[in-house]
Amino acid sequence: MTILTLIEHEQGAIDPQTLSMLTAARGLAQEQGWPIHAVLIGADVAGLADGLGDYGVTAVHLIEQDNLDAYAPAAWAACVVEVMGAEKPTAVIGTGTERSNEVMAHIAARADLPFAANCLEIQPDEDAWFVTRVRWGGTLREEARLYGSPKLLTIAALGIEPEPEPGGAPEIISVVPDLSDDDLLVRVVSRIEPEREGISLTDAPVVVSGGRGVGSAEGFAVLEELAGLLNGAVGCSRVVTNNGWRPHAEQVGQTGARVAPELYIACGISGASQHMSGCAGAKHILAINNDPEAPILMKADTAVIGDLHEVIPAIIAEIRK
Amino acid sequence: MDILVCIKRVPVTGAKVTLTADSQAIDATYLSFAPGPHEECAIEEAVQIVKKHGGKSTALTLGPAAAVEQLRYAASLGIDDLILLETETDWPPMPTARAIVAAVQAQEKPFDALLFGNESADAGGYQVGIRVAYALGMPVVTGVKKLAFEDGKAIAHRQTPNGWEIYEVPLPAVFTIKEGINVPRYPSIPGKLKAKKKPIQRITPEMGEVGLEKVRLVVPETEASDVNILGHGAAAAPQVVELLGELGLV
Ligand SMILES: Cc1cc2nc3c(=O)[nH]c(=O)nc-3n(C[C@H](O)[C@H](O)[C@H](O)COP(=O)(O)OP(=O)(O)OC[C@H]3O[C@@H](n4cnc5c(N)ncnc54)[C@H](O)[C@@H]3O)c2cc1C
Ligand SMILES: Nc1ncnc2c1ncn2[C@@H]1O[C@H](COP(=O)(O)O)[C@@H](O)[C@H]1O
Repeated sequence: MTILTLIEHEQGAIDPQTLSMLTAARGLAQEQGWPIHAVLIGADVAGLADGLGDYGVTAVHLIEQDNLDAYAPAAWAACVVEVMGAEKPTAVIGTGTERSNEVMAHIAARADLPFAANCLEIQPDEDAWFVTRVRWGGTLREEARLYGSPKLLTIAALGIEPEPEPGGAPEIISVVPDLSDDDLLVRVVSRIEPEREGISLTDAPVVVSGGRGVGSAEGFAVLEELAGLLNGAVGCSRVVTNNGWRPHAEQVGQTGARVAPELYIACGISGASQHMSGCAGAKHILAINNDPEAPILMKADTAVIGDLHEVIPAIIAEIRK
Repeated sequence: MDILVCIKRVPVTGAKVTLTADSQAIDATYLSFAPGPHEECAIEEAVQIVKKHGGKSTALTLGPAAAVEQLRYAASLGIDDLILLETETDWPPMPTARAIVAAVQAQEKPFDALLFGNESADAGGYQVGIRVAYALGMPVVTGVKKLAFEDGKAIAHRQTPNGWEIYEVPLPAVFTIKEGINVPRYPSIPGKLKAKKKPIQRITPEMGEVGLEKVRLVVPETEASDVNILGHGAAAAPQVVELLGELGLV
């Protein structure tokens, strides 16, 4: 009975969300008395193995090959399926990120097994495991039975604080997978560096976000000015991107970015659940809305009732004083 | 280029979500329905690909008879052919993928590209497109936010926190699309009229083994916030700046 975990890494470091997933997986493993193994895949990744001992990992299945330097989802899945064959784990667990969800779906398709994405709670049982998973981008939960063996699932790790506990270096088990050309067909062939203009939406301490109430592309000028004064970034709702007022990269919500700033200022945004799931991590939400009945008032910490085109310039003037 | 786009009918919920008495679904009594946002972009992408490269676009949905509405919506935006896989209930990912695969294989002419959403809006399983790709022996690129075709291959861009990843794959292939790849158009009146008359290919699939079985849906507890109204209109500015000060932001 082993839990096999999938380790994500980027630019020579383990993805922080993987550490959150490992923290949750360790809790589950300790409860059940099962060891945790990890699968580590890449071209130059052996150095990452030792640190995994601090997250309860006792053995690392290391797959290190030059042709795995670039991310290739099908090849990653082939590697994991190979380890599954040798190790016969009880479960294979990844992180609820785009990448792990993709690799797990590949594993599931290859092995013809069910797969539950973005689980919040996991209760092992004889046959089917009982899981609670995220649906509607966080608006709803689903309680479900997960069949198949091994169980394939990812853990929704956002919000789980990684908790290292000093542990010994794990045993290294080198694996040489049998990869076909097809497995390496879909791989990153080149990259374009991110456009770094000012502070990014996901890192900004303040997000000044606009919705339909802003009224036009030009209307965002005051939001930009306020964001600039607060060292923040501009965000927006889906109505805004659908109207072409702002680029989709600025959209907050279920099908946009997840943000967790110190302060989220929602201007002319009604507070639809699919929008709020993107800013639920904010420490403080300030709503500026001319409708005292707007649903956002049920979710905000503070609010100003009024026309944003009057309120925001007044705030800017007050800061400048 | 012959393109298939797979869309799922989902309720358009507002600020508050209520469930049906048996907790199996969202209570949609007062709600309208739409394809998921990623899938709306996949429809737009299919229409644009066919406009640029010629060929034919087909939309497919697996769902209740009422999902014809979403197929007609796709047609009103310029999709040529429509396929309904009619089911009584919401199906889990494995049977959904199997039914889509069978429907694709039953078509006279193979597709050059299959478009899916990156994840469905309601279930968020992150897998149907990938399962279909494996069953059909096609490569799959997920999370695509830019797509181009040249010389029988596709160039797909995917956005990550560390910039853009670029993939090149031979056709036929599967792509799962993310919102932001384009700005979907709105239906035109002539488009709507034309869509009404489109024939629909109807198939009734068998569900088979489920793999992941929904027990019930739950609305997560959220503490009702006690919103503090700082004031009204421009006169509230000093209170806002005071708040910014308390939060250490000015
Ligand atoms: C599957 C799915 C996924 C979705 N994903 C997202 C997502 O990622 N992000 C997202 O944002 N939405 C998403 N949506 C859409 C979401 O449901 C809402 O439709 C959208 O968030 C509403 O945008 P809004 O608040 O800007 O507009 P509205 O709901 O129209 O609200 C406008 C608000 O502005 C106020 N207002 C108007 N004029 C003024 C003024 N002059 N001054 C002050 N206030 C004013 C009004 O009182 C109102 O409260 C999704 C929907 C679905 C079905
Ligand atoms: N019932 C369905 N009918 C048609 N397409 C579907 C259905 N369910 C899922 N899909 C497609 O598969 C994608 C991924 O779904 P999921 O695996 O549930 O996240 C969706 O965005 C759709 O393109």
